[in-house]
Amino acid sequence: MFAIVRDPIHVASVIESVMDRNAGAIVTFLGTVRELTNGKKTVYLQYEAYESMAQKQLRRIGEEIVARFPQAKVAIVHRIGRLDVTDIAVAIAVSTPHRADAYEANRYAIERVKEIVPIWKKEHWEDGEMWIGNQKETVRYDQGAPEGEEE
Amino acid sequence: MIRILLFAHIKEMVGKEEIVLSEQQMSVRQLRERLQHEYHLPIVSSLLIAVNEQFATDDHMIYAGDVVALIPPVSGG
Repeated sequence: MFAIVRDPIHVASVIESVMDRNAGAIVTFLGTVRELTNGKKTVYLQYEAYESMAQKQLRRIGEEIVARFPQAKVAIVHRIGRLDVTDIAVAIAVSTPHRADAYEANRYAIERVKEIVPIWKKEHWEDGEMWIGNQKETVRYDQGAPEGEEE
Repeated sequence: MIRILLFAHIKEMVGKEEIVLSEQQMSVRQLRERLQHEYHLPIVSSLLIAVNEQFATDDHMIYAGDVVALIPPVSGG
């Protein structure tokens, strides 16, 4: 299951989609909307995606994980639109025969989501708003692509 | 005709969701230069360019009918 959705993420179905008779572990990660970032109080977040490409990139992350852990099953669902504090923005479930691999693969998946999936968030505060990611040129892509990306 | 999709703050700066160029072909590098001059995007160097949903390097050629997207640093998760 690799999806970009607008409605609340149904976590149980994300987990169910990676269930497997050979799995001894399922690690689930939920990314949630935090109220305070660098002392600023978030009222809500607005997520936007290049949906068709984002979905392909989620699938690609799944393929990268299976290349490394052949028995892994992966599901990644990211929500877009307006999200309030405590809402689930992303759910990632990974099953593997043994827990160490599931933890490692799940961690890998969220780090890759933050690198190669075209999704952006805008923080809305009581006194303003800003797209994160960001306008300050703190992130540069010297290779013309994020690390690990090839044309 | 080359369609260029805009997202996040780029979309807000330019004030539209897409730009259409009449070129038959151009390199990604030429596209960057054109965007810098015509739309005065101050952050063109920090944008990734996707051509038909694949990240493309500056030497990559874009042809009429391709769908290009300007990808600012992502912030999902």
